[in-house]
Amino acid sequence: MIEIKNLHKSYKMGSNALHVLKGIDFSVKEGELVAIMGSSGSGKSTLLNILGMLDVADEGEYNLDGMPIKNLNETKAANYRNKFLGFIFQSFNLINYKTALENVALPLYYQGMNRKKRQEKALKYLEQVGLKEWSHHLPSELSGGQKQRVAIARAMVTEPKVLLADELTGALDSKTSYEVMDLIQQINDKGNTILVVTHENDIAHMCKRIVYLRDGVIVKDEKVKQVRAKEYVQ
Amino acid sequence: MFSRDTWREIFDTLNKNKLRTFLSGFTVALGILIFVGLVGMTNGLQNTFEYYFSRDATNILYLQPGRTSRPYKGYKSQRRIEFENEDLKDIKENFSIFIDYVSPMIRRGALVKYREESNNYTTIGADWGQQFAENTIMMKGRFINQEDVKNKTRNAVIGRLVEQDLFGNMNAMGKYIDVGGSVFKVVGVFQDEGGDREERQIFIPYTTRQLIEKNTDKIDLIVVGFRPEIGYTGAMALQRNLNKYLKDKKFISPEDQKGIFIRNVAEELERNQAFARVLAIIAAFVAFGTIIAGIIGISNIMVYVVKERTKEIGIRKAIGATPRNVISNILLESIFITTLSGFSGMIAGIALLSSLGDKLMDDYFILNPGIDTGLAISATIVLILFGSIAGYVPAKRAAQIKPIVALNEE
Repeated sequence: MIEIKNLHKSYKMGSNALHVLKGIDFSVKEGELVAIMGSSGSGKSTLLNILGMLDVADEGEYNLDGMPIKNLNETKAANYRNKFLGFIFQSFNLINYKTALENVALPLYYQGMNRKKRQEKALKYLEQVGLKEWSHHLPSELSGGQKQRVAIARAMVTEPKVLLADELTGALDSKTSYEVMDLIQQINDKGNTILVVTHENDIAHMCKRIVYLRDGVIVKDEKVKQVRAKEYVQ
Repeated sequence: MFSRDTWREIFDTLNKNKLRTFLSGFTVALGILIFVGLVGMTNGLQNTFEYYFSRDATNILYLQPGRTSRPYKGYKSQRRIEFENEDLKDIKENFSIFIDYVSPMIRRGALVKYREESNNYTTIGADWGQQFAENTIMMKGRFINQEDVKNKTRNAVIGRLVEQDLFGNMNAMGKYIDVGGSVFKVVGVFQDEGGDREERQIFIPYTTRQLIEKNTDKIDLIVVGFRPEIGYTGAMALQRNLNKYLKDKKFISPEDQKGIFIRNVAEELERNQAFARVLAIIAAFVAFGTIIAGIIGISNIMVYVVKERTKEIGIRKAIGATPRNVISNILLESIFITTLSGFSGMIAGIALLSSLGDKLMDDYFILNPGIDTGLAISATIVLILFGSIAGYVPAKRAAQIKPIVALNEE
């Protein structure tokens, strides 16, 4: 599903260049649940941003579902993001003046789907994350776990090829974190490909594979025995 | 871009950010309101000028005798100058190519009676030329004519309000009134747009007035109606030449400023119009400034709005909004608010002006203030246009921010 070869990225910091990614080779197959682990500054967020077409690599190849991702202009990148990728952020990034339902429906608006259809679909996905009754609440009326579940519904609503989650439990307590991970595992069980960036060991071990990143290179890439989050959720 | 869904999204955003919407709308509405108000008031002021000067003819010179202020050719100073019937004829003959008519005026107050009713009025001894000078409109009968002047008849032409005062609902025509002890027959009733004061005047033949006053041939005032085609410069030249001619005739020193006074209505009108023009220029300047202030106001708000929404823009871009989506949303929002509030401000301004009418006439000399609709609409469109340009620049910048940067914004 995802294939990258010899990916390089550096940032200009005044006169110095900070070499963040130093030749990453990495691939993800359909249906995988991969954790990218590393301490801060290891380049894991940069990698995720490049995978998410929010940022561009200086060098290297990136293929998404067999399609080369290069020379994207803003408009094309926006269309690809909308069609192929779903994002889940640490700080939820919901639009605060829109209700849960409207937030979930927004990506469909950019696909040009009509209002009735997209509301139906958004409601279906809200139901899947267990928030049907909360559909007309604003983000400010929801708890952190609920907000993240709305964000997951929003990421899922376009039926993307890959879900990208950046520290999705970073702003949640551990109980809520496990509930959210339980949801992620259920989504993965249905065959969705998911990439989770985290620096928390327990969260990483709830995935099926862990890629360790240090100083811009992959130091370890191993399959692990998945810990089911459900065991921690009462 | 103009689908129903786009608009629904825009209404949603505006509706849920009421303060922001209100602030931008208010700025624009207020700007246009002030602009319309200011231009309207200036127009009202000009209307007042026109109103005051349109009631009498403007192609007129008033010649008034005074008292000399310096000795000349053996005459002492402080000599009283007087006009006589002969002067009328001489002016007419010497300046015939410039002049339409020369008309005398002898103004006297008199107690006027009809049966039980009596009142004090201004009587004006005049001839037929006076009808043009005063822009008098006959309601009934006729004005003083040549026969009246020649035969020194006891015919009077009375103002509309004189008839109303003395005769009530009766017809004054053909009735006899007592004017300061002499009996006159009413041969005409006139109206005058100059107001109540002018409609309380009574015209009688000037020769009759002279006969009553011991058969004198003195005249108070000479009204010279010149041909309009000589224009402003011609009128000024005529004024100079008349001044020279009369001073020469009456033995007044050419340097004497007080022997003869010539009032030029055209000159006064010109002066007042110049004043009104300066006022209009100042007002236009201020009105222009108001529009500029409005543009700056809406620009500031747009910059602030875009800044405030940077994170939202980042989110929208991350989930699939193209730069075009972002720009068009912000722009359409801005155009929608400015159009709606701009035109509301304009309509409010026009409504305000038209509700004023002549209410400000007495205290502020503003009559029927109003604005040319085309101008009001143009100003509104300019503001909308610049508001959009002002919104476009930050919107474009915001649309180009990398979503990852926008998302990190707190």
